[in-house]
Amino acid sequence: MRAIGIILAGGNNHRMKELSQKRAICAMPIAGSYRSIDFTLSNMSNSHIKKVAVFTQYNARSINEHLSSSKWWDFGRKQGGLFVFTPAVTADNSNWYRGTADAIAQNLSFLKNSHEPYVVIASGDGVYKIDFGKVLEYHIQKKADITVVCRDMEPGMGVERYGTLRMNEDCRIEQFEEKPIQAKMSTISCGIYVIRRRQLIEMIEKCAEEDRYDFVRDILVRYKDLKRIYGYKIQDYWRNIASVSDYYNTNMDFLKPEVRNYFFKQYPDIYSKVDDLPPAKYNPGSWIRNSLISSGCIVNGTVENSVVFKKSYIGNNCVIKNSIILNDVYIGDNTYIENCIVESHGTIQANSRYVGEDDIRIVVERNERYVM
Amino acid sequence: MIRKEMIAMLLAGGQGSRLGVLTSKVAKPAVAFGGKYRIIDFPLSNCINSGVDTVGVLTQYQPLRLNTHIGIGIPWDLDRNIGGVTVLPPYEKSTNSEWYTGTANAIYQNIEYMESFNPEYVLILSGDHIYKMDYEVMLDFHKEKGAEVTIAVMPVPMEEASRFGIMITDEDHRITEFEEKPEHPRSNLASMGIYIFNWKTLKEALITMADQPALDFGKHVIPYCHQKGAPLYAYEFHGYWKDVGTLSSYWEANMELIDIVPVFNLYEEYWKIYTKSEILPPQYFADSSKVERCIIGEGSDVYGEVYNSVIGCGVTIGKGTVVRDSIIMNQTVIGDGCELNKAIIAENVTIGNNVKLGVGEEVPNETAPHIYNSGIVTVGEKSIIPDGVCVGKNAVISGVTTAADYENSYLAGGRTLIKAGEQ
Repeated sequence: MRAIGIILAGGNNHRMKELSQKRAICAMPIAGSYRSIDFTLSNMSNSHIKKVAVFTQYNARSINEHLSSSKWWDFGRKQGGLFVFTPAVTADNSNWYRGTADAIAQNLSFLKNSHEPYVVIASGDGVYKIDFGKVLEYHIQKKADITVVCRDMEPGMGVERYGTLRMNEDCRIEQFEEKPIQAKMSTISCGIYVIRRRQLIEMIEKCAEEDRYDFVRDILVRYKDLKRIYGYKIQDYWRNIASVSDYYNTNMDFLKPEVRNYFFKQYPDIYSKVDDLPPAKYNPGSWIRNSLISSGCIVNGTVENSVVFKKSYIGNNCVIKNSIILNDVYIGDNTYIENCIVESHGTIQANSRYVGEDDIRIVVERNERYVM
Repeated sequence: MIRKEMIAMLLAGGQGSRLGVLTSKVAKPAVAFGGKYRIIDFPLSNCINSGVDTVGVLTQYQPLRLNTHIGIGIPWDLDRNIGGVTVLPPYEKSTNSEWYTGTANAIYQNIEYMESFNPEYVLILSGDHIYKMDYEVMLDFHKEKGAEVTIAVMPVPMEEASRFGIMITDEDHRITEFEEKPEHPRSNLASMGIYIFNWKTLKEALITMADQPALDFGKHVIPYCHQKGAPLYAYEFHGYWKDVGTLSSYWEANMELIDIVPVFNLYEEYWKIYTKSEILPPQYFADSSKVERCIIGEGSDVYGEVYNSVIGCGVTIGKGTVVRDSIIMNQTVIGDGCELNKAIIAENVTIGNNVKLGVGEEVPNETAPHIYNSGIVTVGEKSIIPDGVCVGKNAVISGVTTAADYENSYLAGGRTLIKAGEQ
């Protein structure tokens, strides 16, 4: 592959509420066994990108822990590898990453020292599959300066939260509006870009000189008439984790057979850090309907239309309905949970009741846990 | 200079013929166990958990699955700069090339491998037991006793003792005598096939005994060391240890994992069992599913009902299907409306719709009643069973079978249906 990868994984998002209290958005658990960054990392690995840099900043510990070894995504190579760049104080810079472009600017030597002619930039909070090789092919064929991966959004999917764009018949981007108050266009940018490495270095250096820090506002929007910026439209499943309801719905999507089939059964696979947990165990009294259960779980109660992440314990006579139970949660006997997201490592006492009435309720419980 | 205090040699070359069609294409240590594991995962995980980071795995019979499973040892953290896991198949020599003819002969043929680590002690293991054991504690015992050979032993019920190699010890645990499968056992301490040797003692014994045909630890090397007067000690082990050498013991050991509090606990944080995980997604249960007393591996899809069973990774169980008291290994697909009773289904098997396994009375197997018994229906890997057939107890099926192979869609109890040829 003639490209290196950059994953922007540093952002926070207050719309994730308590869920981003202790973790980066890119480290959000997805679909029982994965973290959101696994999708972008696996896509890069499967597209034969050999060298990948991950820029982390907000709650970096959570993501660094997940990336503690590069072998799960097959990046532990002599040529290339996985690089994690967290802001560092240097002789001539003591700032945090002030924006996406600034993050790249502060690590420009990574770009300068690479020899691959192209760069794939992607955010780490998307749930999707893509062959970056095809995007690069398209980029070269269109003689584009920047190619933006984009997608038409279904009605009601909150276009206003994204960068929206309009293309001409040749797919060149004519209009680009970042998070418009009222969206005029239904095509959104997926936050995935292909750009020539030297071009990127040049643009980033220019930005830095002018104290501009944001890749979208200060590069895409400003250069759209000057440079050849093209859109590459995808049709397949793509979701971005930007709010609690996005997060909830994305996880619930995996209860649909077509989504599971697309991600779990069809080539290529999505990889993740392996946890070496025993198989899930179902004791008498367990009853599971339309749900996903991950390895290491022990189930004694009823689970319905829910996603249960790894290593959770569900006690006797419990009912879990339309909920997401994150990793390593202990749920005591006779507990009723409906429309909730239960934060990881939580301990819920016996005989409790948690119901999200109008909205999804986030349950953070830190009780003492007594187990064998 | 390379120096390792103790290295392990893991004997994984045996066929395990008493597992019948389960080992027709894979070595016994590579047979799936407990939903997501393979038998060899247990000794390998014990090694790394005990701080033994150099393991030679001796392979001979059908090594492909074993080789791909072990790879460079990443799942067990045995990918090391120095040491780690090395697969050791028999190889051609300028003179007398031969297969591994016995347990000790296999070790003898790899003296150079062991020598390259300058070990003080060599741990001999076999790849066909399910147990958790801290070899470091056994080594401490070995050192404390000043032993040259330490044999791990386990108390077994006296009436079963005649099936094992039995050690007779004094009050200091020193072995005074031993008997191989004695008719009238004088002790109930059975050898577990786990030995710690001083490297010097082992090397000397192997070289001296090199010409012995089918050189074996139990039959030749241990008696030789004993005769020479080397101090032999018995290390008593009281944990869970299961030989899964027969279909019924294999079935039982799997079933013990589904007890509410199993004797052999896979959920212990401090003694994890590692395996190569190829399948990561969670398991899906449809509205029509029902599961009770089961363990199920990653990525399986359950549309039917499963009771008292051990299900591997990536298994599909169709709608209206009822699985009871069975073991189903990785990637097997079971159609709709089937009934499985006490069946062992190997990997990558395809079972059609409305198939019934394990029906009717128990009839002894016609070809190998000593292998296929206890009422278990056994299906070998990559087999195909067509729609709508009924299969009796103690029957065996292996290979691609079609409706024509079943008289009136029925395979009577105790029948053996093994289709030759590759797929």
